[in-house]
Amino acid sequence: MSDAPSRSSAGKRRQKAERIRQVMAAEGETVHGNIAGHNQLRYDVTDEFEPFEDYRSQARAIKEDAIDRLPELIDTVTEAVEANGGSVYVADDAADANRYITDLAAQQDAGSVVKSKSMTTEEIDVNEALEAEGVEVWETDLGEFVVQVAEESPSHLVGPAMHKTKDEIKALFEAHFDPDEPLETAEDLTAFARDFLGEKIRAADIGMTGANFVLAESGTVVLVTNEGNARKSAVTPDTHVAVAGVEKLIPSIGELEPFVELIAKSAAGQPIANYVTMLSPPTDSPTLDFDEPDEPLGPGGPDHRDFHLVLIDNGRFEMREDESLRETLYCIRCGACANSCANFQHVGGHAFGGETYTGGIATGWEAGVHGQDSAAEFNDLCTGCSRCVNACPVKIDIPWINTAVRDRINRGADPGTFDFLVEGLTPDEEPGGMDLQKRLFGNFGTLARLGSATAPLSNWAAASAPGRWALERFFGVDPRRDLPTFRRETLVDWFEAREARGPGMNADRRVALYPDVYTNHVLVERGKAAVRTLEALGVHVELSPCLESGRAPLSQGMIETARSSARSVADALEPFLDAGYDVVAIEPSDLAAFRREYDRLLPAEEADRIATASFEVMEYVHGLLENGADAAALDPDGGPIAYHSHCQQRTLGLEGHTEAVLDRCGYDVVTSDVECCGMAGSFGYKSEYYELSIEVGESLAEQFESGDAAGRPIVASGTSCREQLGDLCDSAVSHPIELIAPR
Amino acid sequence: MTVTTDTVSRFASSLSGVGVELTRTEAAGFVGALEALVEPPAVGAPLGIDGLSLAEAGINAEPTSGELREAKTGVTRVGKGIASYGTLVLQSDAGGTEPTALYPPRHVGVLCESDVIEDVAAALDWLGDEFADGRDSAVFATGASATADMGELVFGVHGPVDVNVLLVTDR
Repeated sequence: MSDAPSRSSAGKRRQKAERIRQVMAAEGETVHGNIAGHNQLRYDVTDEFEPFEDYRSQARAIKEDAIDRLPELIDTVTEAVEANGGSVYVADDAADANRYITDLAAQQDAGSVVKSKSMTTEEIDVNEALEAEGVEVWETDLGEFVVQVAEESPSHLVGPAMHKTKDEIKALFEAHFDPDEPLETAEDLTAFARDFLGEKIRAADIGMTGANFVLAESGTVVLVTNEGNARKSAVTPDTHVAVAGVEKLIPSIGELEPFVELIAKSAAGQPIANYVTMLSPPTDSPTLDFDEPDEPLGPGGPDHRDFHLVLIDNGRFEMREDESLRETLYCIRCGACANSCANFQHVGGHAFGGETYTGGIATGWEAGVHGQDSAAEFNDLCTGCSRCVNACPVKIDIPWINTAVRDRINRGADPGTFDFLVEGLTPDEEPGGMDLQKRLFGNFGTLARLGSATAPLSNWAAASAPGRWALERFFGVDPRRDLPTFRRETLVDWFEAREARGPGMNADRRVALYPDVYTNHVLVERGKAAVRTLEALGVHVELSPCLESGRAPLSQGMIETARSSARSVADALEPFLDAGYDVVAIEPSDLAAFRREYDRLLPAEEADRIATASFEVMEYVHGLLENGADAAALDPDGGPIAYHSHCQQRTLGLEGHTEAVLDRCGYDVVTSDVECCGMAGSFGYKSEYYELSIEVGESLAEQFESGDAAGRPIVASGTSCREQLGDLCDSAVSHPIELIAPR
Repeated sequence: MTVTTDTVSRFASSLSGVGVELTRTEAAGFVGALEALVEPPAVGAPLGIDGLSLAEAGINAEPTSGELREAKTGVTRVGKGIASYGTLVLQSDAGGTEPTALYPPRHVGVLCESDVIEDVAAALDWLGDEFADGRDSAVFATGASATADMGELVFGVHGPVDVNVLLVTDR
């Protein structure tokens, strides 16, 4: 039994926990300080930029069209660059690209190459290929230079050295360069690096850049930087090599505007980057030979400058044919998905990243260019909180890419020893060999049903020492977490047994209240509060059957199981919708499934019908009050309150409805502004992620324990947030509906 | 093309937001105004604006590579000024606008008031026509070069630390 999958999984979980612990300890604080700042600046700048959404739609449409017409754009750019006097090479993969580049360096007898920052050149490891041929390579972006000197990999798409403090860079430079003058300030460090790299740039034989965009019609490379290093690397050596993924092509300068307006705002909350460089090389700029200081600047143009555009496939054409990964090719690598991600903010790209790419979108890139194994290393760090969805300037559904790749990873697993057993017990649609932990959490609905049916025995058994031992050993449920207490009397039991107090079938509004699994089996009071509130406001309420929405299996990458859940929910809701009922959900993550993911799981028309008829409970109450319902029928105490909305609720734009209702009911509301509580459904229960989950949660807890928020009663919309806050703030946490419900 | 005072004042306020000094002059006072902005030694790229001479202001418009490297100031034309962000559009040319605006620590950009335009959309419209005419390389430069990679925001990295605009009000 020594090779039992449970044991090796437990071992892997311990290793993963240890790795995350190390990265968090070494880099977490620095990463958090830098990234939380960038993220806030992004909100500040985009909130004030009225055409932001319009530009996002335009950028999305341009990228969709460009990827659709990719072969044609490659032909166009090839003609344009050749007409300008340069060359284009389309490389199948990294080895092919590196061969072309090292051959070119050999032909030119190049001793050194200076580079501006380019993730695509990281992807193909061109530095190593050149160095193996004896060519010196220098990174001229200061962050990339730090990472090069430290022999580390970039921790962020935009800020490669975001994990390093000034003091760490100072120590690094002093150890590596032994400078004549001591380097004290950031100005000293910058001046030192600038002077050092300035010499390298002036002496280099080849300047290599990436490209943020390539304009096919004119053969133009667009480079977005703040330091000016891309300009210098491109204009100083006589030979310019630009390396870009094929997905960087857009038709012409006519399509560039939305990207210029979006990229720096999304990346760092800058209105525009310091330098947006558009070069159609070989340019007319005079050639510069600093070895002949007494000579005038030389003539430029195609007879005196050499330009090579190396376009990289390396899996991109396959991604283009792959329904789930295709969207990844729209990515403009601004890093907004990383900055808006609570997990990334606390751990950075050295844990939340693969061989090359970092953050939420990295799952798509890594699966596409390096393969699924690289994505599998970090894919679980995306909890599906969806905060990146509104941040992405090209509207990529990044959580869905993570879900789809997780599903493939699940399906790729080898069937293990105990699968025949688990297959028999779990009603899911997943293959043998799948991780038991994911299977447990993905089937939470079944567990909860059993849990309530056998409560309190089920609660005692689970909480017992052998129960917790088995849960940890076989399923990776962290023993430091309290388990949910299943209630013997479910919301459905209570609802069916009580005497109806509502206005009856003839009421103007009729609601099918969706009793999610948690509300039905664990947090029954918030369900009762929802029923009482809606009835007091003149609504006829019925409960739809208690069915798992699909959220739990989706979060584990179990798409087929989720699809079957969505099917059951749709069938159960259909008669209500036919009869003109609205659907009201209490748990925001389930509403988000109805509004966001059902479109992926059900026929479009059916999904649209459910999405249109569904409301979050406080959103619905807000609507009732706005339309004349009498707030006097409610029973709020009023007073100061601290409110944490739910990540997916905020992505749907529904935080404000709860605030408005509470405000109207006499509460003085302070709202948190962290991206996510860190619990994120099952994430915080998993032993390998428990400590990261707590670290993320502490950022929220700190907000509620300091300043004006300190000491206020806490309300939270989501089940997970409630558990996390309950654990960290040592305070009873309730749902907003419980504050206003008549008793 | 007429430029509204609104656009010019928006340009001025955007420049100040990105730390770029704005000086106004009429063509008649150009030489004196430029001399006041230049820290020698200075190099320049031909402006191509009627009646404005770099030579009279003592600017070396045909530098050697050594002089480019040692220059404290680089003087170039600014093709267009973008009011919404205080952005300078610098076109690459055989006269060396790109390296002259890039290498010396101070950049003085000479801009005709009639070349101030409203926003990025207008600039790209104009640049699209320039591209079609073969002038197809340019930079949108906003403020001094900057980095936050050394733990704090620092100005003056690979590009200039100090950017000045000399706005010629009757051109």
